[in-house]
Amino acid sequence: MRQPQPYDDIPGTTVFDAERARQGYHLNQFCMSLMNAGNRAAFKASEAKYLQGWPMTEAQRHAVLARDWNGMIALGGNIYFLSKLFSSDGKSFQHVAAIMTGSSQEAYAQMMLEGGRSPDGNRSLAEWKDRG
Amino acid sequence: MAELISGLTTSHVPAIGAAIDLGKTQDPYWQPVFSGFEFTKQWIGGQKVDVVILVYNDHATAFSLELIPTFALGCAAEFQPADEGWGPRPVPVVKGHPELAAHLAQSLILDEFDLTIVNRMDVDHGLTVPLSLVYGQPAAWPCKVIPLAVNVIQYPPPTARRCYQLGKAIGRAVASYPEPLRVMVWGTGGMSHQLQGRRAGLINQAFDNRFFDLLVSDPEALTSITPLEFLRESGSEGIELVMWLIMRGALNARVRQVHRFYHVPASNTALGHLILDNRA
Repeated sequence: MRQPQPYDDIPGTTVFDAERARQGYHLNQFCMSLMNAGNRAAFKASEAKYLQGWPMTEAQRHAVLARDWNGMIALGGNIYFLSKLFSSDGKSFQHVAAIMTGSSQEAYAQMMLEGGRSPDGNRSLAEWKDRG
Repeated sequence: MAELISGLTTSHVPAIGAAIDLGKTQDPYWQPVFSGFEFTKQWIGGQKVDVVILVYNDHATAFSLELIPTFALGCAAEFQPADEGWGPRPVPVVKGHPELAAHLAQSLILDEFDLTIVNRMDVDHGLTVPLSLVYGQPAAWPCKVIPLAVNVIQYPPPTARRCYQLGKAIGRAVASYPEPLRVMVWGTGGMSHQLQGRRAGLINQAFDNRFFDLLVSDPEALTSITPLEFLRESGSEGIELVMWLIMRGALNARVRQVHRFYHVPASNTALGHLILDNRA
């Protein structure tokens, strides 16, 4: 059972700690396998079949197939490992960051050009309690 | 004796490497980023650097979840640019300095820093982007490089204080090396950024500028920043800034700021760059 951590209070943020690393071990190692061109081809040929070769949970496999990035992170995925998956899809960090924040890529890129997301109002869950 | 002549920090955003490799440095988006390194490229030419101890983090490239060293010192004669999934960056092979690296490993372990010694390791954008920013696109890198890879991927990374103390031990180790080498220490990564979750895109300019100020004048004050404060204030990936404290710890208490540059954004990141002369 997960012990509460002080960083659980940071909104919209999942800290990749030892427990999440354990939970996401095979999910992340699957992503790592996509560094190899032959593995990328096998994955693209049949994603579901390729995923069966990794001892992941069904929820993790489903999140991969759906490219549910926040879902993968909630199930122990780490963004640097997930980058192997979205790079194989030809997508950038900024493309995926926009999806994770629920923005269009244009709106997200514009926010970054204007100085990024301010820490004000984004430090604590209490500041997000009125958000959906 | 070897001399630690100066320190340098810079972000190591992968998109910067792509912009260099694809010839986009003068594009309107990237030109302001690279303008901050024009001074540096001139300055470095006069420094006659023999060896750079380059503190960086591997991004799930050389180290997967199979092996996660907190501090890994590259002791090999050379390090290949890694294939990060789209082919290796078209940059020169990184030549190491095995003799100084061996001396560092022995000195640091006896100084109670339990390093991992690495004799075979590919190096990813975390190490090669800073080299490209400082040296441009030469046929061969003009200095030897000793990679020092720090785990900042799986929480917790080493604390700010531990990193600063490691830097001090590196300073002592360099000073005790008998050959007259001119050595730099580079700290890379940062500044504030968050790449994941609904809070992605976080940039904290006030935090970054205070970090810059104190890194020059009162680095001890930065060693009390907790991992929680880094995560909350500088973003889940901004915690990479602990690596800048290794650089700073290696230098003298008093240093002279030679150059400082800050720009938002470089992709998802606040880019920071600093040069400190150790002979204040």
